[in-house]
Amino acid sequence: MKKIEAIIKPFKVDEVKEALREVGVEGMTVIEAKGFGRQKGHTEIYRGSEYTVDLLPKIKIEVVVPDARLDDVVAAIVKTAKTGKIGDGKVFVIPVEEVIRIRTDEKGDKAI
Amino acid sequence: MKRFLLCLIFAAAFAAGQFSTLAADTPAPTPKDPTIEQRIADLESYVNNAGRLADTPTNNVKSNISGPGPGANAWQMTSTALVLFMTLPGLFLFYGGLVRKKNVLSVAAQCFFITGMVTILWWICGYSLVFHHGNSILGNFGFAFLNGVDSNPNGDYSYWVSQNVFSMYQLMFAIITPALILGSIAERMKFSAMCIFMVLWMFVVYFPQAHMVWGIDGLMNGVWNADAKIKAIDFAGGTVVHMTSGWSALILCIILGKRVGWGKENFAPHSMVACMIGTGMLWVGWYGFNAGSAVAADVVAANAFTTTTLATAVASFVWPMAEWITKGKPSVLGFCSGAVAGLVVITPACGFVTSTGAVWIGLAAGLIPWFFCFKVKGWFGYDDALDTFGVHAVGGTLGALLTGVLARNSANANLATNLKTFVTDSCAQPLVIEQLKAIGITLVLAIVGTTVIAFIVRGLVGLRPTAEDEVTGLDVTDHGEEGYTG
Repeated sequence: MKKIEAIIKPFKVDEVKEALREVGVEGMTVIEAKGFGRQKGHTEIYRGSEYTVDLLPKIKIEVVVPDARLDDVVAAIVKTAKTGKIGDGKVFVIPVEEVIRIRTDEKGDKAI
Repeated sequence: MKRFLLCLIFAAAFAAGQFSTLAADTPAPTPKDPTIEQRIADLESYVNNAGRLADTPTNNVKSNISGPGPGANAWQMTSTALVLFMTLPGLFLFYGGLVRKKNVLSVAAQCFFITGMVTILWWICGYSLVFHHGNSILGNFGFAFLNGVDSNPNGDYSYWVSQNVFSMYQLMFAIITPALILGSIAERMKFSAMCIFMVLWMFVVYFPQAHMVWGIDGLMNGVWNADAKIKAIDFAGGTVVHMTSGWSALILCIILGKRVGWGKENFAPHSMVACMIGTGMLWVGWYGFNAGSAVAADVVAANAFTTTTLATAVASFVWPMAEWITKGKPSVLGFCSGAVAGLVVITPACGFVTSTGAVWIGLAAGLIPWFFCFKVKGWFGYDDALDTFGVHAVGGTLGALLTGVLARNSANANLATNLKTFVTDSCAQPLVIEQLKAIGITLVLAIVGTTVIAFIVRGLVGLRPTAEDEVTGLDVTDHGEEGYTG
């Protein structure tokens, strides 16, 4: 099992969610995040004072999938979240040791 | 207009050989009942905002309408409420939106404290020191505790507005003026220090300044006081309100020092939405401030209403355009700042300039305060947190000067009463020199007064909270509350 953490532009969240549903992902966690990478921030000017806002708003989507589905899911995210401009985000893939569904005590792929 | 007509009546009385300025010393005969013609004349005087026949004691006639005029009072009470609305909540939202979240309530508390405190001072002796006869600098205590200030008009200021309403109207000016200073000291003055400073400031700066400019025997009351040494004019408070508060704000913010984290941390406004709402309230309320300063719903008020609209709209357009050209984006704070700057600069001029003059004033108001906020502040590096100096001191001074340049007899017939030789309808008229003298006196009073008071308060209780309290935020440390929870 793998956990996919995708950091994307906020305006792409609905498109990515729809694409994940189409490739069969049944659940996900969406977090409103702030951060920066190569895009850096932007400057805000209030009268004579300039402030650099380096933490930009992003959306982080977390999905756990069986190993067999990993490539499809990652491809779906990368395809839909891409604009080609700086700041599109990143996808991290992390191994997951165990998943447990609390209600039924099911474990592993069945619990995803 | 009312004074102008009164002067005509005086002149007629003088020509008839009945003139006496010592009416109080010689017992007047019992006034006669008015004839029908005299009763009609009194009604006409009400409509024309002139004095009744009975207001000239030598006429020796009673008036059937000896009290206030209902329409005049209606307008003045409306204006009074509008000017209060400028402070609560207009100025609070304008300033409160521009501070950081953790200090929003401290601005509310400061505005509210000043409202209550100044009202108490006004009742005790403030109104009396400003509007009772006295010397050319300060009135005396004749109206202390509003003694004798009832619903009857005081002919020194209006024939048709109740004096208690006039007193409440002027109180609102006395409230908003110290509240304007709050912008420069925001986020870093101990509440107790602010309280003591403001009480002293009212006595040292505001009461003398307001008496000198608006008191009937004031030193700089060029329009109404024939004996004024300085023939300056200030319709609604360019010197009294904006110069005093703005220059005091600069001095106080320099003495206070910069906020902790200045130049390193992000001090961006926590709510431009609140700031925008406050700006709108200020603009609306300012009609009471400017047009209401005619103390009548007359031709002068109508002109002031028009010039206020034109100058403000033009400045609110010019400031963000200047930003767009120099910084690439027109900001909402730019629109708001331009509007307030326009209101400030037109304030002393609104009742004296034509609509064309108002457009020029709007243009200057959009550019010069903008330049001070964007450039000059950076060169000198003082922490005028919300630009009280850049907008109010610079705008008030500019307004006082431009009033001298652009005042025209066609805009206000009262200018012909005592200022015939000073207002000659040219941009280089002698009035400009008088305005410069008034600017000089106001500057000295505000700067010296504030410096002395600030050092007294520093010696008494200290001016700043601890650095830890300042970083925590004044809402929690001074008031035990938070603006936004849940």
